[in-house]
Amino acid sequence: MNSRAIGFLKKFGFFLLFAVFIAVSHIGSFAAGKEIGKNFRVFFLEMILILPLMFILIGLFDVWVPRERLMRHLGPGSGAWGILWVVLLAMLQAGPLYGAFPVAALLWRKGCSVRNVFIYLGAFTTIKIPMLAFEVGFLGWKFSLLRGLFSFPVFIAIGFLLAFYLKNRQFEVREPG
Amino acid sequence: MIELALTTVLALLLSFLADRDKTLAGLKKGAGMFLNILPAMLGVLILVSVFLYLVPASLMTAWLGKGTGWTGIVSAAVLGSISLIPGFIAFPLGAILLHSGVSFQVIAVFITTLMMVGFLTLPLEAKYFGWRVSLLRNALSFAGALLVGLLMGNFL
Repeated sequence: MNSRAIGFLKKFGFFLLFAVFIAVSHIGSFAAGKEIGKNFRVFFLEMILILPLMFILIGLFDVWVPRERLMRHLGPGSGAWGILWVVLLAMLQAGPLYGAFPVAALLWRKGCSVRNVFIYLGAFTTIKIPMLAFEVGFLGWKFSLLRGLFSFPVFIAIGFLLAFYLKNRQFEVREPG
Repeated sequence: MIELALTTVLALLLSFLADRDKTLAGLKKGAGMFLNILPAMLGVLILVSVFLYLVPASLMTAWLGKGTGWTGIVSAAVLGSISLIPGFIAFPLGAILLHSGVSFQVIAVFITTLMMVGFLTLPLEAKYFGWRVSLLRNALSFAGALLVGLLMGNFL
């Protein structure tokens, strides 16, 4: 076996095992395995529809947005405007939380401040314009309004707290690989 | 979803017209990042699938429905933190809970923790921020989500 195949197995071996488990469950009519496989299919579809599109946008963003410019608007010293921009960026996005991590890593690499990276994550988890109509439809506008109103200071505060805590700790956002 | 697809196509088109080589370089970078994170992401999806089998939506409804007062709030916070349910399932679930008599406060705590805290995504988050910072961020978010949920309950 060459080293590439070994690398592949190391990375995806657990997934192959899982696939075998689901396949065996289907052959042996093992209800739990079939149910888990069904759940996996739903989540996998969501991921495989959204993420490739997101990563295309991330790649384009990466080559087109110069570090100096992003740093000027979102970096240390960008002040209230920087906060506003990251919150807006996060609000316009939809999709699961795990889609926000690669964007956070990209923002960091382009010079976004620690505080704004975490404010971005916080805003991403709380306020999403594409989901708003949905939330209002099911739980009412009062629910959404109050949630937005109370969440806003909370995730801003978390951003400040984390930035303060990480100030002299050589914190870095890594990109897996 | 459609908005995302349209945005992507439009951005690709504009980028391609402006600079072919740059666009290709961007696509290559995006694909590389995607492939690098794919194994960890599949791992999280497997975790979530097993979790949802062990604790299906019907069981969650039953748990949250029974809880009153602090028991209800604590179980909502714990369930919300662990689960990873997309919004298009979570909000209808909230509406069902509301109609079955669960208090607004419990639902608000469930929805806020659900959105702000990601227990099952921790292994993935740690790959970007490290375990210490990821745990800290989620702990702070947990406290924040609880606070937001409780406050909301007082006004609804």
